Amino acid sequence: MDFLNDIPWMLIAASIAKTLFLIFGVVLPIVSYTVYAERRVSALIQDRLGPNRTGFPISLFGFEKDLQLFLGGLGQPIADAVKFLLKEEFTPAHVNKFYFWLAPVLAMVPALSTLAVLPFGNYLFGQKMVVADVNVGILYVFAIASIGVYGIVLAGWSSNSKYPFLGSIRASSQMISYELSLGLSAVPVLLIIGNLNLSQAIQYQIENGWLLLPFTDGNLTLRELLLWIPVLISFIIFTISMFAETNRLPFDLPESETELVAGYHTEYSAMKFALFFLGEYAAMIAGSSVIVVLFLGGWHIPFLPINTLESSTTPAGIALGFLHITAFFAKVVGILLFFIWVRWTLPRFRFDQLMKLGWLYLFEIALVNIFITAAILALVK
Amino acid sequence: MFLLCFMKSDYLPILLQVLVAIGFACSALLVSLLLGKATRRNATKDTAYECGMIADEGPQPRFSVKFYLVAMLFILFDLEIVFMYPWAVIYKDAILEYGASIFWSMFSFVGILTLGYVYAVKKGALDWKS
Repeated sequence: MDFLNDIPWMLIAASIAKTLFLIFGVVLPIVSYTVYAERRVSALIQDRLGPNRTGFPISLFGFEKDLQLFLGGLGQPIADAVKFLLKEEFTPAHVNKFYFWLAPVLAMVPALSTLAVLPFGNYLFGQKMVVADVNVGILYVFAIASIGVYGIVLAGWSSNSKYPFLGSIRASSQMISYELSLGLSAVPVLLIIGNLNLSQAIQYQIENGWLLLPFTDGNLTLRELLLWIPVLISFIIFTISMFAETNRLPFDLPESETELVAGYHTEYSAMKFALFFLGEYAAMIAGSSVIVVLFLGGWHIPFLPINTLESSTTPAGIALGFLHITAFFAKVVGILLFFIWVRWTLPRFRFDQLMKLGWLYLFEIALVNIFITAAILALVK
Repeated sequence: MFLLCFMKSDYLPILLQVLVAIGFACSALLVSLLLGKATRRNATKDTAYECGMIADEGPQPRFSVKFYLVAMLFILFDLEIVFMYPWAVIYKDAILEYGASIFWSMFSFVGILTLGYVYAVKKGALDWKS
């Protein structure tokens, strides 16, 4: 039984605790409240009210009224979750059953798995706030995120139905096309940082200012100013590609309601449908987190002290640790609100326009942008 | 022994996170399967969705060969990007140590691939209008 002592139990316990905190404590609540925010913001934009009635159901426990907080309707995500669980779990007879059930799982799991390498805070209770601090960080994110396309392809193919099938081939070609510009637009950032590890990316930005806001370290050099131009181009291409990767408007052709009913999940109902839905939002959170880590300094708050491993168990260190985690997710939520704002503002692309934008414009600009960055790095000391 | 090596590596937490994610997805489906209201099936309910009509075509319609082309071009250019990552990581140090040769080597590599890209564009592989 010697090897039982060799198993790093403490490490396993710590990483499970971090995983559970990240997934169930932060990401899934953000997912459900992003859905709520989407409905409220869209209502705001379209001059409606949106869901503003559902409260927390304390009337079940003998109170006279349901609990309403701040905005009203904050109980809506809970009601939605219960509804998804109680609906009929129907599998049509014409589908390919195994893959029909596998597809929603494959849509959800990669989105949650990419979060493992993202540093969502500095130290807290003597632990680094990242589930796995691997040295291939950004490559892992791209590799796992691209598995998400299998969920959509399998959903459309196994449904044995016309609209899901059309939606899924559109989705697959859209997602692989925009993966090119997504991958290329990250290269200038890697050129500047010189490391694939995402914790190191944040460390670089603490020392030299956030890539998108290079003055956050208190000084601005000519080199930083020149590099800011390709970084901005990179940021714009990365964000646009992220919209396409997560099938959000203006790139929501895989599920465009007016042409394809509901696209690849037309035949799905109840929790199977909900997993696609949640998976899409979880992928949005993962994408926004990558944007925050690469361009907006991750959990860093400018001009504020940073706690260390030693000080992270003192009260001040714990407060600072929580502040950093809050800062990270505040930035993520900011980008999510931008996603929502864009969705309810822009019309949808046509498929040939979408392919032209991805292959002819974004791909070429991203490629040229890499060599501009490389030239600035070589010429300006 | 292999298992022990793996357990001590940086990748164990990733495996645990993937397992938690799979567990969440599967248990959500299972709970829904157990709690969901079961109703009767009938022939209409089992047909594929078709805007209120009876489907007259097969379930999987023919689609444009362009989708295959896009997939093949994707593999080609995605490999190019994978080659760029290690180059990008060492670039800053290498340019100080070895000078501009690292810039020109990647420039020529991308140049050769760009020829293929221009050829594909000229052949109309990416033209979805025709």
